[in-house]
Amino acid sequence: MMMIFGIPAPLLFGQLLLGLINGAFYAMLSLGLAIIFGMLNIINFAHGALFMMGAFVAWALLNYLDIGYFPALILAPLIVGVFGVILEKTIISRLYKLDHLYGLLLTFGLSLVIEGLFRNAYGSSGMPYRIPSVLQGATDLGFMFMPNYRGWVVLSAAVVCLATWAIIEKTSLGATLRAATENAPLVQAFGVNVPRLITLTYGAGIALAAFAGVLAAPIYSVNPNMGTNFINTVFAVVVIGGMGSILGSIVTGFALGVVEGMTKVFYPQASATVVFVVMVIILLTRPRGLFGKAA
Amino acid sequence: MLGFSRSQFIAFLIMVALIVVCPFVLYPVFLMRVLCAALFACAFNLMIGYVGLLSFGHAAYFGMGSYVTAWTMKHWHLDAFLAIGLGGLTGAALGLVLGYLAIRRSGIYFAMITLALAQMVYFFCLEAPFTGGEDGIQQVPRGRMLGFLDLSNDMTMYWVVAAIFIGGFLTIHRIIHSPFGQVLKGIRENEPRATSLGYRTDDYKLIAFVLSCAITGIAGGTKALVFGIATLTDVHYSTSGEVVLITLLGGLGTVFGPAMGALIVTAMENYLAQAGAWVTVIQGAIFMVCVLAFRRGVIGEIANWRKLTL
Repeated sequence: MMMIFGIPAPLLFGQLLLGLINGAFYAMLSLGLAIIFGMLNIINFAHGALFMMGAFVAWALLNYLDIGYFPALILAPLIVGVFGVILEKTIISRLYKLDHLYGLLLTFGLSLVIEGLFRNAYGSSGMPYRIPSVLQGATDLGFMFMPNYRGWVVLSAAVVCLATWAIIEKTSLGATLRAATENAPLVQAFGVNVPRLITLTYGAGIALAAFAGVLAAPIYSVNPNMGTNFINTVFAVVVIGGMGSILGSIVTGFALGVVEGMTKVFYPQASATVVFVVMVIILLTRPRGLFGKAA
Repeated sequence: MLGFSRSQFIAFLIMVALIVVCPFVLYPVFLMRVLCAALFACAFNLMIGYVGLLSFGHAAYFGMGSYVTAWTMKHWHLDAFLAIGLGGLTGAALGLVLGYLAIRRSGIYFAMITLALAQMVYFFCLEAPFTGGEDGIQQVPRGRMLGFLDLSNDMTMYWVVAAIFIGGFLTIHRIIHSPFGQVLKGIRENEPRATSLGYRTDDYKLIAFVLSCAITGIAGGTKALVFGIATLTDVHYSTSGEVVLITLLGGLGTVFGPAMGALIVTAMENYLAQAGAWVTVIQGAIFMVCVLAFRRGVIGEIANWRKLTL
């Protein structure tokens, strides 16, 4: 058996893949948080709860309406995204004139309500979601066996992240968005409907979280706490990356997932805390974050 | 009197009178829970109300204080006074280290960093052998206070908890009304100006954070002693969220708000204990209502209505 640093290669690559998968979720969630923060100046604490909702909507589509995985991958983000738009229109938009902290508190309350309601309805034990038959099985890559579904998660997450980056950096809609982030009143003076842009941004960020939720559904059991488990780590990821750059969020997300995976191989006890340790190091050496702008 | 304004002094007398009368009417263990939560919230309010920094990880200091008091009571059979003091010291030491990191950023980042650091403490407690993992530290003896007060009696324990609460409350009041507290408020209102006046604002913030964490640790230690148990719930982020809720509901930046909030939230949890996950839903809903329509909190609204400082 091939060994790398005294570790069997399949184990190393297996953990690397698991790390990439976690990294994919970190990337999609921190990307959504960064986009929403850029436009709304709100840290969306409910991001984890909406990620969980994405997984639940996919589960509900399958079990109540017999709609499969691939349609759910489109439908669930749409449904949850519309929910996000309604939230923004009815509740969150009332806070823009207040201190940013109120946005954090409101969305924290929102996440408690959403998670509590799902816990009441479905309990905390979690429900399985089958991997679609096309993506079952594993492929021999020569150096390791890769479960197809895991490869699919990493690939589709990378594509969606890059597509989001391309929309924001390379299209005229993205240009308007970036301009509105910089100076909303000026963009409004040019005749752009900024409040609508804000609403759509929130919806898009939420849809991204829900998409991640659907991808996560077959890997983790679909349960009301699945978002909370992620979101605290994602906050550390956001602090490490800084919220200044879209590409930065993506890279930081994937990289930290890999760091976490590698820690599991070499020093498993620290795998839960390694992201936080990285955060401490970053705070000591570069407080504004790897890609953050100077305050 | 005692640095209180007239209305505050009257409110303080009412609070002390309630603390004295209530144990004869209500269940003392429930009241002790309220007082521990109230002290915790007063300490938290020192940061959000007077420095303007939202710490979303105060459970770390509460929980570590709770663990250290429980462990030293159970294994070293210390005097309760020393054990609670060690809990406070633990909170302060941890606050010094984590606060040093967190005050490098302000505003929303401060909240995220404190949350993430508290999560790190949570994972540490989950793995570390001395915390007993999922079981926590159970059957902690209440022991004796200062050698002669036998705390196994609920009423004796109650008076000790009441004394700790009032002591902590007055300490925080004293801090806020000292020249040091005035500088803190100045930093909250306009940090660049405070810097230009020659104040090392980071030092002030860190000292305030350490003081807040020390009192939080004492609250955690007292709680561990009252209930004879220290568990992962004490370090869990839901505890951090709860103290934010208590303070927000009672009134951010008011002297009596945290105590009022603690009474309401603890009573609600007590009476809704059978309702299971609905407690979370109701707490979340209260959060949202407070932020949207009720930002002054109960005490803040009363103060605004009667034109008083409370």
